[in-house]
Amino acid sequence: MATPRVRRSTAVLGSTVLATALLLSACSSGGSGSKDSADGKVTITVDLFGTFGFKEAGLYDEYMKLHPNVTIKQTDTQDEGQYWQALQTKLAGGGGLADIQGLEVGRVASVVQKQADKFTDLKTLGLGDVNDGLVPWKGAAVKTADGKVLGAGTDIGPEAICYRTDLFKAAGLPTDRTELAQKWSTWQGYLDLGKQYAAKAEAGNAWTDSAAGMFTAEVGQQKVRYSDESGKAVYDSSPAVKTAWSDATALVADGLSAKLAQWTPEWNKAFSTGKFATLSCPAWMIGYIKGQAGDTGAGKWDIAPGPGKTGNWGGSYLAVPRTAKHPKEAAELIKWLTAKEQQATLFTKQGSFPSSTGAQQAIKDVTDPYFNNAPIGQIFSESANAMPAQVLGTDDGVIGKAFTDALGEVERTGTAPDTAWKHALDNVKKANGN
Amino acid sequence: MALSSTARLPAAKPGEPARPARRPGRLRRRIAPYGFLAPFFGLFAAFGLFPLLYTAWVSLHRVELQTSDRMDWLGLQNYSRLLSDPFFWNALRNTFTIGVLSTVPQLLMALGLAHLLNYKLRGRTFFRVAMLMPYATSVAAATLVFAQLFGRDYGLINWVLSSTGLNPVDWQADTWASQFGVSAIVTWRWTGYNALIYLAGMQSIPGELYESAAVDGASRWQQFRHVTVPGLRPTIVFTVVVSTIGATQLFGEPLLYEGNSGGGISHQYQTLGLYLYEQGWTFFHLGRAAAVAWVMFLLIVLLALLNAAIAARRNRTDR
Repeated sequence: MATPRVRRSTAVLGSTVLATALLLSACSSGGSGSKDSADGKVTITVDLFGTFGFKEAGLYDEYMKLHPNVTIKQTDTQDEGQYWQALQTKLAGGGGLADIQGLEVGRVASVVQKQADKFTDLKTLGLGDVNDGLVPWKGAAVKTADGKVLGAGTDIGPEAICYRTDLFKAAGLPTDRTELAQKWSTWQGYLDLGKQYAAKAEAGNAWTDSAAGMFTAEVGQQKVRYSDESGKAVYDSSPAVKTAWSDATALVADGLSAKLAQWTPEWNKAFSTGKFATLSCPAWMIGYIKGQAGDTGAGKWDIAPGPGKTGNWGGSYLAVPRTAKHPKEAAELIKWLTAKEQQATLFTKQGSFPSSTGAQQAIKDVTDPYFNNAPIGQIFSESANAMPAQVLGTDDGVIGKAFTDALGEVERTGTAPDTAWKHALDNVKKANGN
Repeated sequence: MALSSTARLPAAKPGEPARPARRPGRLRRRIAPYGFLAPFFGLFAAFGLFPLLYTAWVSLHRVELQTSDRMDWLGLQNYSRLLSDPFFWNALRNTFTIGVLSTVPQLLMALGLAHLLNYKLRGRTFFRVAMLMPYATSVAAATLVFAQLFGRDYGLINWVLSSTGLNPVDWQADTWASQFGVSAIVTWRWTGYNALIYLAGMQSIPGELYESAAVDGASRWQQFRHVTVPGLRPTIVFTVVVSTIGATQLFGEPLLYEGNSGGGISHQYQTLGLYLYEQGWTFFHLGRAAAVAWVMFLLIVLLALLNAAIAARRNRTDR
């Protein structure tokens, strides 16, 4: 006969084991999901990076008005690098993914070549022709060798230069767009004007935000950047990278950089304090400037065609992961968001330049009051028309970051450009060497 | 782990109740403790041992996060690559310097604070609770606040520096400044915790020792040196071991300091933990990350053994 005490201890033991078992099963049945009520209501989740501007331009509200049963929930990460990292972790784990995920153009080659099985072929959702009305390279970049369509093109990133007219005036520089575009028709001209600015500007007001911004903009003007048409890595020898590197380091040597790291809180704050006078501006940067500089920045900024009058920096796609809960509804939303009417609205309100040729026709005459009524439609259209169809490699994102980090070393720690160049190559090797 | 070890520290109280007389059911009684331990070992096997062994298995393969269902046998190649990677040695060096920069001032300050708190003070309980507040703050919250303070252009610290006529410091890009910044967060978070452990240790030192030292004319400082510190030796060894392990695994603070896994533009404050994370979740090389994890594990075991050996040696020479 067991004593009461022993019996109690077995009971405790039993319940502990039970609790453990429950705990374990609770762990295994995890996973996030949007709950939908029984009355046909659907919640579509959208996960993006940077500022796509759908929400800001009121497109979600409009769509929800058109489809009363749909609720759209958006989450976003400011820094695309962090977004990509989180996306990869979720793809590997197979959970926590939204119905619609944004993809940056620098990553699509990687998705197409390595992860085609993790995303839904949009053809199976009735969107086989979704990229047909876009500039040709945009759609080609998300098509796999066997013809799957993994994403729908949203915007592209034609380049210009954004500048602060108030700071230009204070430094005695012209503020007229055509005059400026002429003066900085080359990157050398841009640096020369910067030196003029630096001679007169107040201490602490730099010519531009960072060497990284200038580097990325300049590299983006060439067809071959980090890998060539055959997929071979050429980042250490391509003329695009070498020229941009030497111009960006010259910028630092001339003391024209505010030495900020892009996409950091310090950089964001500098938009409103006026720590820099110019910024390499892909079209989508317009929305970013408005977001960061806010109402106080209205009328202070202007836009002019930049050196070379073209360039291709960034731009995005929308994709549906395999695990999406509502692929049908997501596809419908994607179709609507990337249609030419919405692309045109997005440009007018947010500045994201359409990849749809139809929308490009429609926005030719758009001006932006925030930027002193600059003819942004005309400036970015001209830039887009001359834009190279870039060769995209699987490691473009990583390689770009290695170079911009190294430029950060040059401007912030005084590392010699040659040493920093070696660091950049080391960093690429660290990321993908075997 | 920390809690159970600290609970062990005060000496066992004398006069435990006498063992009850033998009764039937002795066998079950003997088994029961193992039953009680079983959940722990069950959990440990599932969440400790299995991941440990599986990590070792993964570290012998090429595994990429983007194609994580594919494993290609590599043998020890991940390890040899690791040892020939200058960034690994850089991370090891940073881990060491940040470890020293954070652990040494942290423990010294904790010792001093515990000594002060051991006096009869007004509002003693308040101070003791207040000491634990930083420890109760989440790493993320603390680091984000410190990152703001250490901001280069708009941070409070640089503002104070420049308003006193000193040159502002680039707390992110500069090697020593950034390592100091990261160490400051660690020190802020853990000093109070260690102080409380020391305090507990101090309170187990009998008051008579202090009294007789005072009778012999020992000053407060001499009392501290010759009574408190020797009495605290086991506690100090414990905190050193725990802090060393913590410093080796340092991760959250440097990750959130600038919000990237590179540990600064020149990797100047990239610790081993960050290096692992960067390989695994920025570059997606899970096999390499697993190899780093195992090297870190072995390193910690080595450090713990070293600590134990030093402690044992000191005990022997003292007797």
